[in-house]
Amino acid sequence: MSTLEIKDLHVSIETDQGTKDILKGVSLTINSGEIHAIMGPNGSGKSTLASTIAGHPRYDVTKGEILLDGEDVLEMGADERAQAGLFLAMQYPVEVPGVTMTNFLRTAKTAIEGEAPKLRTWTKEVKDAMEKLRIDADFANRNVNEGFSGGEKKRVEILQLELFKPKFAILDETDSGLDIDALRVVSEGVNRAHEDNGMGTLLITHYTRILNYIKPSFVHVFVDGKVAEQGGPELADELEANGYDRFLTPAAAAV
Amino acid sequence: MTEQIAKAEEVLRNTNDPGVIQKVLDDNPELKGLGTYEYGWSDSDTAGATAKRGIDTSVVEDISNKKSEPEWMLKLRKKGLKYFERKPQPTWGADLSEIDFDNIKYFVRSTEKQAQTWEDLPEDIRNTYERLGIPEAERERLVSGVAAQYESEVVYHQIREDLEEQGVIFMDTDTALKEHPEFFEEYFGSVIPVGDNKFAALNTAVWSGGSFVYVPKGVHVEIPLQAYFRINTENMGQFERTLIIADEGSYVHYIEGCTAPIYNTDSLHSAVVEIIVRKNARVRYTTIQNWSTNVYNLVTKRAIVDEGGTMEWIDGNIGSKVTMKYPAVYLTGEHAKGETLSVAFAGAGQHQDTGSKMVHMAPNTSSSIVSKSVARSGGRASYRGLVQINPEAKGSANSVVCDALLVDTISKTDTYPYIDIREDDVTLGHEATVSKVSEDQLFYLMSRGLAEDEAMAMIVRGFIEPIARELPMEYALELNRLIELQMEGSVG
Repeated sequence: MSTLEIKDLHVSIETDQGTKDILKGVSLTINSGEIHAIMGPNGSGKSTLASTIAGHPRYDVTKGEILLDGEDVLEMGADERAQAGLFLAMQYPVEVPGVTMTNFLRTAKTAIEGEAPKLRTWTKEVKDAMEKLRIDADFANRNVNEGFSGGEKKRVEILQLELFKPKFAILDETDSGLDIDALRVVSEGVNRAHEDNGMGTLLITHYTRILNYIKPSFVHVFVDGKVAEQGGPELADELEANGYDRFLTPAAAAV
Repeated sequence: MTEQIAKAEEVLRNTNDPGVIQKVLDDNPELKGLGTYEYGWSDSDTAGATAKRGIDTSVVEDISNKKSEPEWMLKLRKKGLKYFERKPQPTWGADLSEIDFDNIKYFVRSTEKQAQTWEDLPEDIRNTYERLGIPEAERERLVSGVAAQYESEVVYHQIREDLEEQGVIFMDTDTALKEHPEFFEEYFGSVIPVGDNKFAALNTAVWSGGSFVYVPKGVHVEIPLQAYFRINTENMGQFERTLIIADEGSYVHYIEGCTAPIYNTDSLHSAVVEIIVRKNARVRYTTIQNWSTNVYNLVTKRAIVDEGGTMEWIDGNIGSKVTMKYPAVYLTGEHAKGETLSVAFAGAGQHQDTGSKMVHMAPNTSSSIVSKSVARSGGRASYRGLVQINPEAKGSANSVVCDALLVDTISKTDTYPYIDIREDDVTLGHEATVSKVSEDQLFYLMSRGLAEDEAMAMIVRGFIEPIARELPMEYALELNRLIELQMEGSVG
């Protein structure tokens, strides 16, 4: 049983117009096996929260804490966070020319586990995981994300999630750009990781569509860098019916 | 001894304790270059210590006498010296102003006799090659012939018997001049004339060692021939001279590697490589240059290609302080082909000024240049290339692709493409890109558990993969390993 705690997190970034505060006091606690959905309008800071947890250097934590089983995550580099069991499925996965998926997956697995996986079982594991996610076998020899469609990139993110077996995964708009079949396949992958490894999940999304496949235990509405309301799955249904309007300040709603 | 070193390396890999590291290094001084430059040790240097510095006619005569050369060669050497003295130092490329020609030792004889087995070599020289892994490659039959040059002369030489029976000649250039003078009278200096440039002239004056290869008509040498060049003496000049003749319809792949110790003052490596590719023959010449970062590497390489022939240069420049090298192909026969794959890696204090020249002198000739460079820690990588298409070279085609990767914001890359076209009916393509390792790329890999320098090395390896793919397996691995060494400690 593991716990990821986010306490009163304040984050800013440097822009051309000066320092901009994005997160203004976020608190969340996720336990193993729980699925937390974070929903909110564009620009509310959802992706900033995801990148900050994973340790992107662009984001500056000005206040607050992130703890993984009591360990200070903010003290760790992005690589150490991955090794400690955090995984971020990115909204825009990056291309790495000249590096094959096979090589990348094995190198990353080795870095996360601290030792190389046994080649025979590993090869089979990768093959099986690819089949389940309906990723064509020749992707193993293609370069990381190079020339992949949006949907293919997202499947490959979930492939990594299944293979690396993190304690906690943050899914940053994994559902965006997916057609209905891909959405189902990807969701099944997340659910498997959940059931098999007791993974805790922070699911970031605009839409309730993915929640038909991945059932959250908690829903948090994110507005203007803060959690505006939390509840159970019924909160998602309400958002589906009424939108975000009632959470927005009059000024923001007028934009 | 090697066991002790292996053990010490193991300890170093597994500790971060400065006290422990210092003690291991004190006990094993040869490990001090670890993580920076692996080949930086030096052997005891009795031969080099007594060698004369500076160059004049007497040095040239002395070299020629020691080798009991024919009169015409001495004459040619003296002509080379004259051109060397007369020609100004080139100022159009890398900064060469600090080369002190009077301080260089132009000829160092480290052993009296060439060895046929590794056991016959003096122990320190043998150890050097053992540590470089050369005898192992020969034992494992990864190469079909080996030449090892230490200082000025080839100290070890071996070729597979079956090749010898087919008439393949692979020997050091000094011996070849004695045993096969007819080739030398016809071809020596025919591709790169004595006065071609200042450093080719210097090489002609004081050349020693290098390889001579002749492949008879129709013979395919399937496994590469390998030469390994090592400088041990401080302020040494190594001036090997290589001549390769591939007769009609033949094929050969020649590979060279180079290393040197790290000294406080500079050494000079100035080779000349001449290649003759006869009708429908194919030659591939691969270099993994990894001189230590106090070596000026100023090399002239050129091939002449007859009808239907193919010349391929695969040129990897990782070490040296300054490299100026532009392997050239003169396409003299119809349908001749030239190809250069070049990869340069410029770290702190290094300037890699590299590229290629393609000269189209006959109709329907084709050539391509692919150049990839990586600069980091304030290093500078320049691409300099010439594409020349002469009148009458109708239907010729050339493509140039040069990609530069900058690892940080203090390094530098530049491109100098010269294009000289004197014929209308040609096809040309030129692409150049400069990219930076992006924060997002690094973050992506690091969020998958890779440490920053591992992530950087992976990006760099991926960048040069199109060239590494062309190398024989063990060289591709070597190149990757060298890159990892270069990338260690490159990020702070």
